[in-house]
Amino acid sequence: MLAMYREVIRIRFLMMLAYRVNYYSGIIIYSINIGAYVFLWQAVYGGKPSIEGFSAIQMATYIAVSWMARAFYYNNLDREIAEEIRDGSVAIQIIRPYSYLMVKVFQGFGEGLFRLLLFSVPGMIIVSFIYPIQLTADPIVWIQFLISLLFGFIVNVEVNLIVGLFAFFVLNNQGILWAKRFLVDLLSGLIIPISFFPSVLQKIFAFLPFQAISYIPSNTLVKGLSFDKWLPAIGVQFVWTIILAFICWGIWVKARRTLIVQGG
Amino acid sequence: MNAIQAEKLTKEFQIYQSRKGLSGAFRDLFNRNYRTIRAVNEVNISIPQGEMVGYIGENGAGKSTTIKMLTGILQPTSGDLKVNGFDPHNQREEFVKTIGVVFGQRSQLWWDIAVQESFTLLQKVYRVDNQKLLDRMIDVLNIGELLDQPVRKLSLGQRMRCELVASLIHQPSLLFLDEPTIGLDVLVKENIRQFLREMNKEFGTTILLTTHDLTDIEALCSRVIMLDKGNIIYDGDLTRLKQEWGEGKKIHLELDQEVSLSHLGQLTESLPVTWSKNEVNKNLFTAQLKGNSITASEVLSLLVTSGVPIHEMQIQEVSTEEIVRKIYQEG
Repeated sequence: MLAMYREVIRIRFLMMLAYRVNYYSGIIIYSINIGAYVFLWQAVYGGKPSIEGFSAIQMATYIAVSWMARAFYYNNLDREIAEEIRDGSVAIQIIRPYSYLMVKVFQGFGEGLFRLLLFSVPGMIIVSFIYPIQLTADPIVWIQFLISLLFGFIVNVEVNLIVGLFAFFVLNNQGILWAKRFLVDLLSGLIIPISFFPSVLQKIFAFLPFQAISYIPSNTLVKGLSFDKWLPAIGVQFVWTIILAFICWGIWVKARRTLIVQGG
Repeated sequence: MNAIQAEKLTKEFQIYQSRKGLSGAFRDLFNRNYRTIRAVNEVNISIPQGEMVGYIGENGAGKSTTIKMLTGILQPTSGDLKVNGFDPHNQREEFVKTIGVVFGQRSQLWWDIAVQESFTLLQKVYRVDNQKLLDRMIDVLNIGELLDQPVRKLSLGQRMRCELVASLIHQPSLLFLDEPTIGLDVLVKENIRQFLREMNKEFGTTILLTTHDLTDIEALCSRVIMLDKGNIIYDGDLTRLKQEWGEGKKIHLELDQEVSLSHLGQLTESLPVTWSKNEVNKNLFTAQLKGNSITASEVLSLLVTSGVPIHEMQIQEVSTEEIVRKIYQEG
């Protein structure tokens, strides 16, 4: 069982290597994004020492960390699933003795691992030379961050699975995919930290899974959350992984029953 | 235990019908019309272990739908189905370990990576470690040189041979082949058929083959099941199919001089033969023999003894192709 998933991860690694150009251009695009947001926020700060509990340096660090974290948790599983459903190749997946969803999760993990090691880590080093950011040297904070990052990955994958599986019911869910992508970037705190939103919106966001994807892990690293503040944050992420897992499973069971294989 | 046991297997689809024109499209936004289509209608199939069965029918007859139910991809609307002793849809993960599937139009190999990597992954997926069998299949199908190439660089024939190996890597007792030889050249076809015969003989692999190429069926299967509009219209021997539906042989004659049709008719009065004449070349005649009760030599001896000047002759057997065409046309 484990050997199989390890193999799935390895294959994904090989596939990522087959498309090296994507990888190089990705580093450039992410660096530009980070630069754009760092300068934007510098303008917003305009010499003020801190806004909403973020100092200017913390803000720059937050941006760099959350974009590099995005390289890890971001994947196109939703689009892949939708495509497989649309062209009917999902049939091939169903005749394999494994759980379709679990294999997708591990494919996403293989992709994430590839980018974490070959993209985020070198990218972070480059970025730390260019932009004024400050990373903690406390190993405990880093461990807290990595655990939180892993949960963020799982929540994001689950959201992707749910959105991708919608293709079973509507057969063309391109619009939903675009909307989701934008929503996740905005509501997860990638573009603006959650604490910058009006308090009414913050209360609403607390009931949504998105901040578990990016805001919680990035905040953990940048603010160096103490253990008693970190634990409830991780708890929120954990609860979301469980809830979303049930939703995924429910949709999958329903989808399998209504499956129509398109095209022959 | 039968490899496949289906009773009153039925699959219905809800098909969405769009209305005509712009106003119709607008109405469709709020209220859609659905129509139920019965793709497979109370079909009974039972196939014992080790048999090679051809499953044929026109496009849209419901073949693929049946295969998808038998492989657990689709859930039957109604009916009883046991394949290898499992309920394919509800016991999917256990069940699929016992079957192999090749969809001719769909690849089960990973497109961007070397063939060898796909095989390794499949071995892990099925938790098997039978390098010996794999090596032998690679040898028989002659794909040793392709192993380190990515699938996208393979030709259709090369890919199809790799697909076959991939589908048999876990030595399944039942193999579904959906148009495995579509678009392949004669040599590759023969290679694949030889390989399938070998697997069937050695491991007793049951094979259900859908194809439009009837030479595949003639080469491999002793039994055919024919489907039309979701119903089975024939299930049995290939030879019996020929006898029941075949029109008998044809004899094509080229004579040295023109002879009248009625003269030829008179000569062979005692036999069930009908004559026809080629409209362009006046010396060409065709005798259509009815049924299998008479032989070509009976006809010929009558002609020769009465002095008909035969220049050339050719006897044409009924091909399965022709029989099937006739069945399709008559419905």
